Amino acid sequence: MTQTPHVSLKAAVLLAGLTLATAVSTAGAQSASQNGRSQSDLAAIAKAREDSTRRPYTAADVHFMTGMIGHHAQAILMAGWAPTHDASPSVRVLCERIINAQRDEIATMQQWLRDRQQPVPDANPMGMTMKMDGMEHRMLMPGMLTEEQLKQLDAARGKDFDVLFLTFMIQHHKGAVQMVKELFGSYGAAQDDLVFKFSSDVNVDQTTEIARMERMLVAIKLGIEQ
Amino acid sequence: MRLASRTHHLKSVAGLALASLAACAGRTSTSAGNVGPTPMGSTMSAAMPDPRSDPRVGLHAGLFNAGEAAWNLRLLSTTQPQGQFMGSTNSDLAFLGNYVIQGNYNGYQIWDISDPRHPTLKVGNYCPASQSDVSVYKNLLFVSAEGNSGRIDCGGEGVKDTVSTERIRGIRIFDISDIAHPRNLKNVQTCRGSHTHTVVVDPKDADNVYVYVSGSAPVRSASELPGCSDAPSNDRSSSKFRIEVIQVPLAHPEQARIVSSPRIFDDLQYQKGHGLSSADRDELAAAQARGAFILDFSGQQMILPDAYAKEMLDSAVVHRGGKGLPTSADSATVRAELKEMVAKSVGNQGAPTGPTQCHDITVYPAVGFAGGACGGYGLLLDIRDAAHPVRVAAVADTNFSYWHSATFNNDGTKLLFSDEWGGGGQPKCRATDPKQWGADAIFTIENGNTLKFQSYYKMPAAQTSQENCVAHNGSLIPIPGRDVMVQAWYQGGISVFDWTDAAHPREIAFFDRGPIDSTRMAMGGSWSVYWYNGAIVSSEIARGLDVFELTPSPLISQNEIDAAKSVHLDYLNTQGQPHFVWPATFALARAYTDQLERSGGLSSSRLTAVRQSLSSAEQASASARGSTLSTLASQLDSDANGSSDAAKVRKLASTVRDLSR
Repeated sequence: MTQTPHVSLKAAVLLAGLTLATAVSTAGAQSASQNGRSQSDLAAIAKAREDSTRRPYTAADVHFMTGMIGHHAQAILMAGWAPTHDASPSVRVLCERIINAQRDEIATMQQWLRDRQQPVPDANPMGMTMKMDGMEHRMLMPGMLTEEQLKQLDAARGKDFDVLFLTFMIQHHKGAVQMVKELFGSYGAAQDDLVFKFSSDVNVDQTTEIARMERMLVAIKLGIEQ
Repeated sequence: MRLASRTHHLKSVAGLALASLAACAGRTSTSAGNVGPTPMGSTMSAAMPDPRSDPRVGLHAGLFNAGEAAWNLRLLSTTQPQGQFMGSTNSDLAFLGNYVIQGNYNGYQIWDISDPRHPTLKVGNYCPASQSDVSVYKNLLFVSAEGNSGRIDCGGEGVKDTVSTERIRGIRIFDISDIAHPRNLKNVQTCRGSHTHTVVVDPKDADNVYVYVSGSAPVRSASELPGCSDAPSNDRSSSKFRIEVIQVPLAHPEQARIVSSPRIFDDLQYQKGHGLSSADRDELAAAQARGAFILDFSGQQMILPDAYAKEMLDSAVVHRGGKGLPTSADSATVRAELKEMVAKSVGNQGAPTGPTQCHDITVYPAVGFAGGACGGYGLLLDIRDAAHPVRVAAVADTNFSYWHSATFNNDGTKLLFSDEWGGGGQPKCRATDPKQWGADAIFTIENGNTLKFQSYYKMPAAQTSQENCVAHNGSLIPIPGRDVMVQAWYQGGISVFDWTDAAHPREIAFFDRGPIDSTRMAMGGSWSVYWYNGAIVSSEIARGLDVFELTPSPLISQNEIDAAKSVHLDYLNTQGQPHFVWPATFALARAYTDQLERSGGLSSSRLTAVRQSLSSAEQASASARGSTLSTLASQLDSDANGSSDAAKVRKLASTVRDLSR
């Protein structure tokens, strides 16, 4: 039943190097332990095993992790307007949490791409920039606001801002959930544990937040949120 | 303060391998100086860690040689993952006899912890799937499979096809009658896989156990598993908006199957916040007193802003063609209008989009309840009919992002929920992160059908942005007469806290390491930490298996620890919460006596007398013991009458009386 995991070249080299290092290391020092291996050797072995047991990623994974960076960046831009656009306290709390959460998640996606030597896009709230035939195209991921919608939101204040923000952010989050769905429908996708965990987290977190925002929207329309 | 002596950083305790542990079994003075008992102030207030000098701040990084800080906890052993489990995520824990079963994204490892200083690997079963949440019941082991890459044949190469007969997403059932040779008996496939699961032992059903399955990943294709549907909530065929209940016939576990899919979220009403706090209730009462309009918004009372109310009243006056101040008839008109408006707006919402699932459910069969941590809600479920759980109460909380897990106190009068804000892979314990985000929320259960918010608890030491940290899995520690819990906070370490006073939880012990990596975020830290028969066992995501013991302090006395150790469990699935019962022992009597000293419930002269009586009784012959103890019990009965902590004195009297028999 046991499968030999695919060992990447990088990991194999590292493991070979370690065997050598272990042979010449002196046991008995305070940091030495199991079979005379030093703690840093053991850490390197752990890292190498981690790399070697990683399942291969696909273009769909890269597309998801790349596209979601711009998607998140736009959510952060929108949420950042709450204090200056007279948002209600409950919308402000929601916005603070969106900014905090999605900023950290952008770092996660960028690190994932960097670790795999993939291009790491900046967090551009206007979507991904793609070069095709020497021309630059901007690509909006599902649910992202158009330039027109962003202007509309930026012009709103107070209750109008709250209503528009929630309406647009629900649309925006639904797009993220859609992106996860598309990822899962792609051949070979989300086999990498990190991609699976991250995309599942986006799925549940944003689904949860959509339901919360729908309820908030009703309450704000009724004027019962302070 | 007493913490100062622990601020120096350890070179390496965690990494010391098994071979060298024996040599330092009693390590207290050298390298482990900062994990041993430390002289402490004698007052309770001295026990509050000073955030500026918290030894958890500034620990140096390292996978196996990170700096460590401990307070009232002693690390007994750290055992690194073996073979194919090294470098793969360690997850949840279950306990059976002397064994602890540690889930891992590559399968599970079964450790013998008879000697907590030297856990030994009984067997490692390579069978990859995330998250490999584990539970046991007698000879059966249940393992969750959720990810797209889990294979029925336990292979590690994943499943690339979007529709495949090779994929497992659901529950794997193993026969562990021969624990060294687990045998895969049955796989029960579910539409969203199993992120977590809960084994439910129904006291009225000796023939079956039940498994509640919670899945949070997207729904699989109906071509892969017939019947699966991603439809919205108003379509009853949807695989979302429900949990799955598997029935496992104990005589034929290979016949395990889904017997119900309870839609426990149906008609879930709007919850703006975590229910009314006492401040909210005061505000509401004040508003009522001044005649404000109170809206009943799907079961939750809210105050209509005065400006809005005035506008409506004025328009009511205009509408009837009147002038001047609104009358009581206008108020009645407005009330009716409001009611209609609320109904309309809620009705216009269309089908609710969530919650679609629970993250985890903790059942407490002894009280007939379960706590469901379900997306944006915390639920109280009636599980007296195990296959058909019914929702009794629901709470939401503006500060909660994602309801993750639940723990009852032993009396079943309180329920603690945790918020896994950021999913566990993000650093949510930085100094800038709010204390009520990614925290625990503590509720009391009122009248068996209402959850009343009391307070938040968050591990108090600021962590770096290289450390994933948020509230995660924990269990009760059976300290009699108190509600004490040990909880994992990923790389925020382990925090032991007392929530006897639900409104004022406080930390009473901790353990923490520096980040895995000082340059970047790397997943690690304690996934789960549970008390089991005297040991505190932690599943460290990257570093392996940690075993701790409590050390006595003014906050937890040796007698209380001894009494906690007198509770013996044959097995433990933390999400199937056991009811602790303490045998009558001298340790129990002394633990209550120590608590009476802390609370001031007995005078110091009485405390001395009680302790003397207990000592002489313990040393006396059987017959003399009985009379000494029954005399003491009678004295305590009368002590109770004048005590500020009468309930505790009565508990002590009753324990002493039981001991006398």
